Amino acid sequence: MNSTLLSIRDLKVHFDLGGGGPLDKLFGTHPEKRVVKAVDGVSLDIFEQETLGLVGESGCGKSTLGRAILRLTEPTEGQVFYRDRDLAHLSQRQLREQRRHLQIIFQDPYASLNPRMTIGQIVGEPLETFRLARGREAEQRVQELLETVGLSKRFIKRYPHEFSGGQRQRIGIARALAVDPDFIVADEPISALDVSIQAQIMNLLEKLRREKNLTYLFISHDLRAIRHVSDRVAVMYLGRLVEIAEAKTIYKEPLMPYTKALISAVPVPDPQVEATRQRIMLEGDVPSPINPPSGCPFHTRCPYAIDVCKEVVPQLVEIKPLHFAACIRISPAQPHIENVAPGAAPGLE
Amino acid sequence: MANADGNLLEVKNLRTYFETDDGIVKAVDDISFQLKRGETLGIVGESGSGKSVTNLSIIRLVPTPPGKIVSGQVVFNGNDLLLLSNDAIRKIRGRRIAMIFQDPMTSLNPFMKISKQLMEMTELHLGHTKAQAHAHAIRMLETVGIPDARERAESYPHEFSGGMRQRAMIAMALSCEPELLIADEPTTALDVTIQAQILELIKKLKRETGTSVILITHDLGVVAGMTDHVIVMYAGKIFEQATTKELFAVPGNPYTKGLLRSVPDPTAEQGKLYQIPGLPPDVAHLKPGCPFAQRCDYTQDICTREFPPFVQLNADHYSLCHFAREVYSESGGTPV
Repeated sequence: MNSTLLSIRDLKVHFDLGGGGPLDKLFGTHPEKRVVKAVDGVSLDIFEQETLGLVGESGCGKSTLGRAILRLTEPTEGQVFYRDRDLAHLSQRQLREQRRHLQIIFQDPYASLNPRMTIGQIVGEPLETFRLARGREAEQRVQELLETVGLSKRFIKRYPHEFSGGQRQRIGIARALAVDPDFIVADEPISALDVSIQAQIMNLLEKLRREKNLTYLFISHDLRAIRHVSDRVAVMYLGRLVEIAEAKTIYKEPLMPYTKALISAVPVPDPQVEATRQRIMLEGDVPSPINPPSGCPFHTRCPYAIDVCKEVVPQLVEIKPLHFAACIRISPAQPHIENVAPGAAPGLE
Repeated sequence: MANADGNLLEVKNLRTYFETDDGIVKAVDDISFQLKRGETLGIVGESGSGKSVTNLSIIRLVPTPPGKIVSGQVVFNGNDLLLLSNDAIRKIRGRRIAMIFQDPMTSLNPFMKISKQLMEMTELHLGHTKAQAHAHAIRMLETVGIPDARERAESYPHEFSGGMRQRAMIAMALSCEPELLIADEPTTALDVTIQAQILELIKKLKRETGTSVILITHDLGVVAGMTDHVIVMYAGKIFEQATTKELFAVPGNPYTKGLLRSVPDPTAEQGKLYQIPGLPPDVAHLKPGCPFAQRCDYTQDICTREFPPFVQLNADHYSLCHFAREVYSESGGTPV
């Protein structure tokens, strides 16, 4: 395995929604203090030249985690180590120097490009900001970048509205590549695109990773896409990581009950498979991240929950080699929850 | 009452065009299909393929202008819906043909309690009294799996989560026991565990009431699990039409084949993903010949010259392609 590129330690992003003040108590609006724990104590290593897939349902905090790593959202607590520096505690000036190495691609290719700038200006802007190239040289570089992402260099003087969603996503990728980064957060990069275009963008990202030795954090709610692009997959639920393993392992043999349900819910494009397979149906919705459930955040929907799950916050434990799961009802000795005795919690022993 | 051949719905040579500054957009261009009672038909396509306009045409909700149903027939239970008066079609909409959309907030009134919105349906269409309508509304909310239905019915839509709103909309759509339910991307905005719940709910209700369903989606996985027949649309045309089993096992059109290969299968080991090259065509400026010719692996000279024929490959299987038989044989099928 490659060496670690980014090391995230106990990262927290909490949003204070107010409440709990004297006036709130007086008027009875929100007598309790309300805090959204979007990311609540995430520790994670990202290895050089891997694609780490980060998957979860809406509101689980996956995008906030991606943004907090780059400090596009300020973390409340915790560290993000990159080349012996803690990004979470750098000054703005020091951070700006590091941004060159850490880039992001956004979901919405319509909202993330300035409509008043030409494609040439959009892709060339980072070159100027970081004083990497100017004039003729910059123009040359922009042309190369457009070709790298599969766009004609004739487009250089055109504006974003003249392009389709897939082409705009390519422009966003070219902009991220302009500064020659090590690491890219791809935040739902294909969710807004048509099926035939999704495959094109996934293949492009994979090609670039190989050619430019990039490392990706690929954030998506699309489990099929995640399976395809990732070397390892991390599953998030209500602000916490609940399982991490190699992509092929986690799809074949998920250990944590939430991951099991999530993977069984993915529709498979094969009528024969669909007709016979058993789904684990979860009751109800994801609870609100405002004052989430105590103990294991998943206990309210978990078919295997026992009373202790309401109290103990499970930690990620290496249940099998390189396969981590957060569930007190399993342990390295008893990895399969189906075989665990009713009411037992081997993870606590 | 269904026709002698068991068809609840027959769409014949439907054409719906839009007049734009850019010229005439043939959003739906001469498509025909049938739906048998109790069956589920999937309509698959990418954005701009005409799948949603097809269904807006069936219930006559195409925004006019700029849209216009230029020709064709939509025969529902033996009556051509396109010939009915506005009053008559309004009595069918919601009562005998119901719709659910991707965004439930487009069909729920944000200023009205959920119970009131459901009651309106049956008061209007079934002549229920207030008490009857209220009892029915609660029963429907229970059917679609809303917990504490009696209390939750007094909520406003914004107090519901996305999945709950989708359930409320389904309850509303099914409250008059329609013969046909049109679901346009009903789960696209939902998380995968909620999507599984909603799809299971639609299946269950279909089993219990015998409602026919048209399911519009871009997700081939959803189609595989939910439908009996599939139509694949591209550039306003039906490119392929078959039973679901047959379409996935032995596709007879290069576009379908490409689509199937470009979806990652989570159960299979895979290398590089197949990609269909290029972009969907601009429907306002279609070139002569096949609209897919520029992106197709099978293209020959004829494809850019002549519009392809709609070839019958099997009893229930058609493909719009000059080389339909070859593609079908290559997939392992034996053309009739």
